[in-house]
Amino acid sequence: MAEQNPVENDEPLLIANSLSKSFGRIHACRDVSFELYPGEVLAIVGESGSGKSTLLQMLSGQLAPSAGRVSYRMRDGVTRDLTTLGEAERRFLFRTDWGFVHQDPAQGLRMAVSAGANVGERLMAVGWNHYGRIRDTASDWLTRVEIDVARIDDAPRTYSGGMRQRLQIARNLVTEPRLVFMDEPTGGLDVSVQARLLDLLRSLVAELHLAVIIVTHDLAVARLLSHRVMVMKGGRVIETGLTDQVLDDPREPYTQLLVSSILPP
Amino acid sequence: MTAMIDVADAKKTFTMHLQGGIELPVVCGVTFQVNPGECVVLSGPSGAGKSSILKMIFGNYRCDSGRIGIRHRGTVIDLATAEPREVLNVRRATIGYVSQFLRAVPRVATIDVVAEPLIVNGMSRADAQARAGELLRRLNIPERLWRLPPATFSGGEQQRVNIARGFISELPVLLLDEPTASLDAANRAVVVELVAEKKRQGVAMVAIVHDDEIRHLIADRIVDVTSFAAAA
Repeated sequence: MAEQNPVENDEPLLIANSLSKSFGRIHACRDVSFELYPGEVLAIVGESGSGKSTLLQMLSGQLAPSAGRVSYRMRDGVTRDLTTLGEAERRFLFRTDWGFVHQDPAQGLRMAVSAGANVGERLMAVGWNHYGRIRDTASDWLTRVEIDVARIDDAPRTYSGGMRQRLQIARNLVTEPRLVFMDEPTGGLDVSVQARLLDLLRSLVAELHLAVIIVTHDLAVARLLSHRVMVMKGGRVIETGLTDQVLDDPREPYTQLLVSSILPP
Repeated sequence: MTAMIDVADAKKTFTMHLQGGIELPVVCGVTFQVNPGECVVLSGPSGAGKSSILKMIFGNYRCDSGRIGIRHRGTVIDLATAEPREVLNVRRATIGYVSQFLRAVPRVATIDVVAEPLIVNGMSRADAQARAGELLRRLNIPERLWRLPPATFSGGEQQRVNIARGFISELPVLLLDEPTASLDAANRAVVVELVAEKKRQGVAMVAIVHDDEIRHLIADRIVDVTSFAAAA
């Protein structure tokens, strides 16, 4: 796919420019810059308190930076500064071209309505109105994320943790976004459930040629899913590069500490 | 003839920050070239830096200085300074790495593990699987195992799956890190054949092989890594 449209793929999808955020005297995030290309998976790793979640919130337009800016290339090919988007435009972006997978599926799903409605809702938000087509598409997506279609009318509160997370993914991907933000998507899951979810994410990301920014403290997740990694500490990016390079040949003392702290399998 | 791989004065040192910042010199002054259709074997005792050099050529280890020139789609890219995206492009289209160990992806069937490099480069799943089947058969992996993920296979079986995955690609550069390490004689012979076929197709290869007999059979040239020993 990369070969079919080299011109388009040679332009970044998202550009972060000297992003900083302070809360009073605390600098949560300092001077972060990078470019993300279509189909590229970037992992942001670091311990809690390193500023990675603050950064993700700024990148996804949910938190205004104290300095710097985020630009995004819209579907019409025009790259725009997120702060210049109106509220309606930003919401539309969030419902169509972006996805956001939360660590806690309850934050990204409506727990009391059916699974089918959870997926269909995003389609209705972009103007789909044919009930049969919406239901068919929702069923397709449930199958793709390995949820038994017989459970389509059940509410996610009756689902297990792993199923909820897979439903959240289906809900996000149904509108064929180009960019998905993920905040510790395997965070609260059992190890066996994690492996299945990671495997599913890995194949969906490749199939749909998704760009992903994933925040994780788990280096194994970064290794399996990402092309590139940024290591954060104290609000700064201290090391960045190709994922296998940073993990196999870490340069900074803190990255060496992170890598050496992984228990052998 | 233009070299496919052109390593010039490459140097690598590890700085171990957790051990008080001690410097571990690995190699320096690494210089050699590999032409299309040629297999260069790196020799030297264990710990001399053979694997490190292979990893530097793959862009997996960074170089302190020097250059790792790879001919990629008609132009030369220096992997020592390339952007991550470029390195990934080079790996997708030009340079493959066959390690001793399969990094198993949970739940993916053996046949798909092997077929994946072809699918990534645009071949249909059915054709890619047919090619994968041929290679698995040659490497004596019984057909009843093809639908299973290789995670539970024996070490030797996993290694053969990995070899199939490495050799299925049509990449013009291959790096082989002890491809025959735990194989029996019959399977070693298959690997020797596969290397010979790659040479005929003009593939440039760098290999690490401990087995003298195999080295003899595949090497066109031997590069002695001890000459790149870094001063401690």
